[in-house]
Amino acid sequence: MKNQRFEFFVGLFMALGILCLAFLSIRIARNELFAANGYEVEAVFTNCNGLRNGSAIMIAGVEIGRVKEITLQDYEARVILKLQPDVALQKDAIASIRTKGLIGEKYIEITPGAADQIIPHGGTLHGTEPAMDLEGLISKFVQGNLSTNPAPNK
Amino acid sequence: MKPRFHVAFSAEPSSPASKACRQRLQGGAMTEALVHWGARVVEKLARLGKCTLFFVESIGCCLSPPLKWDRVLKQIWFIGWKSLPVICLTGAFTGMVLALQGHPTLRRVGSEAFLGPLVALSLIRELGPVLAALMVTGRAGSSITAQIGIMRINDQIDAIELMGLNPMRYLVAPNLIAFVVAMPLLSAVFDVIAIFGGYLLGVRVLGLNAGAYFGEMNNYVVVHDILNGIYKSMCFGALIAWVCCYKGFNSRFGAEGVSVATTQAVVNASVLILVWDYLLTSLI
Repeated sequence: MKNQRFEFFVGLFMALGILCLAFLSIRIARNELFAANGYEVEAVFTNCNGLRNGSAIMIAGVEIGRVKEITLQDYEARVILKLQPDVALQKDAIASIRTKGLIGEKYIEITPGAADQIIPHGGTLHGTEPAMDLEGLISKFVQGNLSTNPAPNK
Repeated sequence: MKPRFHVAFSAEPSSPASKACRQRLQGGAMTEALVHWGARVVEKLARLGKCTLFFVESIGCCLSPPLKWDRVLKQIWFIGWKSLPVICLTGAFTGMVLALQGHPTLRRVGSEAFLGPLVALSLIRELGPVLAALMVTGRAGSSITAQIGIMRINDQIDAIELMGLNPMRYLVAPNLIAFVVAMPLLSAVFDVIAIFGGYLLGVRVLGLNAGAYFGEMNNYVVVHDILNGIYKSMCFGALIAWVCCYKGFNSRFGAEGVSVATTQAVVNASVLILVWDYLLTSLI
């Protein structure tokens, strides 16, 4: 009887531990396990600075997928978007790289189009807008300022 | 100078190499110092080799068929189930203090939403496995060393050997398996309790958004991190079992011998856990 009791507690401990591991990997971690079959679309950006594997893809602020892969193709960034299977993108949808907040992480915002044709699985999304180059903008702003205001000594 | 080396020599009558060398080399203080250090290095290396052989033999005992399953279950009960209260308590307070410390710093840069990822990542990658291992070393490792040490000084281990049985199979192998099985589960429990501790403090006390706390975790924690944590705590489990069983097995005689062995086991295992954690983190 006593023997059975401690075996019961061993079982309880194992169950509890495995439950915690499952909670961690399903609820806390980003799970790629259950999103094995998705709707994949390619998009080519001239610049995807700051984007990385696993960055979010949103429509109207709702997350609908993740970036699966980023590779270089003809000196441009070819990004594979993995979307939820129930999402359909029109041929003229536009993917643009945005930033969460001013210094937050990059994500892809998709603006839906109005065309009747739907991009098939594995198809290419043609309308893209590259990442906003904040440093470039700042340097342009600074240099622009210098050229318009001549030195006071002159 | 000379008497000091003499004392050092007489303190080690056990190493025959140093005696032989001393008879051969009747040189000055310089030679004696060299002999002294050489003997010490040889002795340390021999001990390290003995320690490694012990580990290899215990793994061999785990892998070869006649395994004492009832002993393994008993040890999982002792190491795992009985450690749960202390793991839960330390986990809850660790999570709470992480949230409490992280919150003001994150608020200064206006990114309180990252409290969730901060707590979850630091716990899953580092603190969970390490702190759980340290707690288990103190609670279960020490008592295993003391138990095996007392069996050694009561000649029970010799008795098992005389009966033609291998004491490693009965005492060490079940502990090794139980530690390797129990540690990942314990550190998972630690992580979950600590994440909820951080939630309790961050969301209920400091007024963070609950959705941000858990939602941002999803963006930063990947399955790879959790796997890393599992590997780490399995390594730590093997490490604790190795050090604690070895120290108990080679305990000196008398009550003092057992107490020295227990202290050394806890200190060595804790230090090794932290060193090994650094090495693993830089390797993986």
